[in-house]
Amino acid sequence: MAGRLKLAAQVAALALVTGLFALLVWKVATQGDNAANELGQGKNPRAPQFHLDRLDGPGKVSLAAYRGKPVILNFWASWCIPCKEEAPLLESVWRRYRERGLVVLGVDIQDVRGDARRFARRNKMSYPLAYDGPGNTVSHYGVTGVPETFFVGRNGKLVCERLQAGVHLEENRDRFAACVQEVLEA
Amino acid sequence: MAAIVVALVLAGPAAACPSLPDLEGKFICPTCKTTLDQSDAPAARQIKAYLAQRVAACASEAQIRDELVAQFGTQVLAAPPRKGFHWLAWLLPLIGLLVAAVVVSLLVWRWSHARPTEVEADSNGRAPLDPELERRLDRELTRFDG
Repeated sequence: MAGRLKLAAQVAALALVTGLFALLVWKVATQGDNAANELGQGKNPRAPQFHLDRLDGPGKVSLAAYRGKPVILNFWASWCIPCKEEAPLLESVWRRYRERGLVVLGVDIQDVRGDARRFARRNKMSYPLAYDGPGNTVSHYGVTGVPETFFVGRNGKLVCERLQAGVHLEENRDRFAACVQEVLEA
Repeated sequence: MAAIVVALVLAGPAAACPSLPDLEGKFICPTCKTTLDQSDAPAARQIKAYLAQRVAACASEAQIRDELVAQFGTQVLAAPPRKGFHWLAWLLPLIGLLVAAVVVSLLVWRWSHARPTEVEADSNGRAPLDPELERRLDRELTRFDG
């Protein structure tokens, strides 16, 4: 009886250790599993879906609602200074190309809602804005900071590249212009 | 006069406004994952400013907590809330300690109640020698004596 009990305890301990090890392996293996990494490997992954509160009004915003349209997806926050600096360029691109179906969609992450609304008003951001206070989209997209910009083709897949830092910066300006053209044609 | 005093005592102390340093230790900066009092990240500074504003308005701690959770989710809390699934975070360490205490107690009981070995010790507390070894030892000693 005692022998059986001992065997059962050993099996349980072994199962627990194996389970924890498997969990560790799974976590390490899936850690870099995000859209930005796949895009960096030259793939065109499907843009992770989201369904978020609108920042600029009542209701919800979902990426799926823009299927069939090219989307510039810009992650920002009101506490981010480069986000303020790049906002006029995003606004001008949105106004210039919206007739061709282009959508600029701002996703405000890890931010106080009231501050984000004030920021959007002050910077005259008229394109659709979503609010993701907890930052749930961050890990799916592989966002490492703000601002970051992705380009979603009409088929819902990411195209071109992920632009880190402000799109207005000299090192990003040409790449941004090229990506805008690519997403319009994708 | 007495009635006023009784009424004041029954009403209890007025709820004090929460203190800012205390609150800053109870919430997490969403970008750097440390408590606000240990962070100087822009996101942390923004939430600190929000807290300062709410403390100035004398909002209760519960109210401030609810407002922040509504915006940032429960991950903004430094300690998990005591409800639903989050109870696991509070209970698992206690369960672990309890299980460890039971296991240690069982082992101690088992060791202290272990059956004596079949080989009885002699009066000096030493175990007797193997008979064959004893005979061999006697032979050797005899040879030395001889």
